[in-house]
Amino acid sequence: MAPGGDERPFPPGDYPVVVVGSGPGGLQASYCLSRLGVEHAVVSADEAPGGMFRLYPIFERLLSWSKPDAPAEKGTRAYEWFDHNSLLAEEPGCSALVPQLMDRSFMVPSRDEMERGMAAFAARAGVSVRYGCRWEGTARADDGRLVLTTSDGEYRCRAAVFALGVTTPWKSPIPGIEEVPHYVETRSPPDYRGRRVFVVGKRNSGFEIADGLLPWARQVILGSPRPVQTSVIALATVRVRYLQPYEDHALGGGTFALDLAVERIERTGEGWRVVGQGTTRSGAVDLAVDDVIAATGFSTPLGDLPALGVRTVAQGRIPALTPFWESAPGSGIYFAGNATQGAPGLRKHGVGAASAAVHGFRYNARVMAGHLAATHLGMQTRRERVPSDRLVPFLLEEATSAPELWTQKSYLARAVSADGETGIVPLAAWLDDPGGLSTAVAVEMDAGGTVYPAVYVASGGDFREHLLPPQHLNDFRGPEYERELRAAL
Amino acid sequence: MAMTERDELVRSLSGLALFADLGDPDLEAIADPEWERSFAAGERVLRRGLSGGGLFVILDGEAAVEIPDEREPRRLRRGDFFGEVSTLLVCKPTADVVARTELHCLEIPGPQLEGFLLQYPHVTFRMLQTVTRRLRDLLE
Repeated sequence: MAPGGDERPFPPGDYPVVVVGSGPGGLQASYCLSRLGVEHAVVSADEAPGGMFRLYPIFERLLSWSKPDAPAEKGTRAYEWFDHNSLLAEEPGCSALVPQLMDRSFMVPSRDEMERGMAAFAARAGVSVRYGCRWEGTARADDGRLVLTTSDGEYRCRAAVFALGVTTPWKSPIPGIEEVPHYVETRSPPDYRGRRVFVVGKRNSGFEIADGLLPWARQVILGSPRPVQTSVIALATVRVRYLQPYEDHALGGGTFALDLAVERIERTGEGWRVVGQGTTRSGAVDLAVDDVIAATGFSTPLGDLPALGVRTVAQGRIPALTPFWESAPGSGIYFAGNATQGAPGLRKHGVGAASAAVHGFRYNARVMAGHLAATHLGMQTRRERVPSDRLVPFLLEEATSAPELWTQKSYLARAVSADGETGIVPLAAWLDDPGGLSTAVAVEMDAGGTVYPAVYVASGGDFREHLLPPQHLNDFRGPEYERELRAAL
Repeated sequence: MAMTERDELVRSLSGLALFADLGDPDLEAIADPEWERSFAAGERVLRRGLSGGGLFVILDGEAAVEIPDEREPRRLRRGDFFGEVSTLLVCKPTADVVARTELHCLEIPGPQLEGFLLQYPHVTFRMLQTVTRRLRDLLE
């Protein structure tokens, strides 16, 4: 026990690595570092694990699936594709925890089930956290190490992993929006009974609010400059939230989803006035409403990190990251969790990675941990090996069922060396520096939603791209694919 | 709250010749955070031989077009665009484009370019002018 009776782990001091945060990003990063034998401290301002899922989503239902029963057995790697919400673990009893806590009312978990899933992971996988310890500032010492000031004292480390979430309410710069309640300040639905509500934003949280208020409000109008991409929604799990308000909009049920550049929002006695210009359809819009809610998103609480050179994207909301989720090569400032969307990857055909969701960033964390251990601590992580006569079927099996490749399309790839050493790598980084791994296989998707395997072969400082044909059941195994892959290699 | 960031993106777009004919509502529609890309100096933006890229418009910074066996890389600066050949013709780029400084771009994904150019014909016209100018310079 520490002096003063504080039984919490990780007192201030020197550690090779410090992880900040106890949401899914922080828990997964800590677990992955531990698996590699990297000594580290984990600190969190919260009192319990779960991060943003301790509070949100407001209407209590997540968007991403976890199927309690699926074509693959729980606890297997193949099952991960059917369970987008559990954190990854290799020990029996530590993986696939969220679906085991679901009451099966829906194929997607409730907020409470998700929070309990995170807590169960921390307990069973033995992820220790110093709760109630707030990170307050960061500096670079003369010896190059990072100094993290916290409410409990100073931590010194060679690398830090910030798993801060994208959790600070953010509002787009519309005159008058300062007074508008943010999504997080949405009142109880019965408070909106019989009222006309304008929601600024047509993304997940905007439609979540619209869906939650549909049974109560007299009318819901959503507005933002860009149109809803119906083709994307149809294929995404977000349709759970989007579908009802958008159907109401499409069928003329009173809900409107307007493509509107809002110019200003004014208070008018008990209500509000929203003034703007149509974008996809021109013309002025002038609305009198009872309530306005800013569903304009969140930003990463970066604190003073920009002073240490952390650049941002998305209007300052997200840190700009290298393909290994570091703020700049060699900086030792890494990110885990939702903020890893700051490494956008190749975005082939405009298809983005799933790094803003648990099922994407849990794989990012595993790759990041290995990279951090190798580059900052000089630890050589052990890679699997594939016998040369198994190489072709192995790569095709990966293209068919590897959850990393299916979740992070054209983002994470399975790479192998000439002598069969293999690992998962960020494709954008591998294309620039294969690091001895001569071949990479990724799963990709074109603009029409067709999925196909892509093979990249390193060649004299460059690479050759081979796109294999799609298959009706996305099964890329068998003699024809083997022949084609052998020819490419 | 990052009040000025969005203003800066819209203002940045409005200062480019390519978007000079558009009003604020159109610029706000284009200023999609998902289209915003940021690259560190030395990072490859467009890769020779890699399919599926988009059209990039430089908002800030400098890049260079690197073509094998060409000694002098062509410099690209704020307002320049690249990736149009591979995007419009749906083929692999024949050159690398590398960030020379910290680089801030707008990337219009390939599958959305046709709709974008049809929606904003003034942008299409100005793009055509630039491409024609490049062709003339090549022929002279």
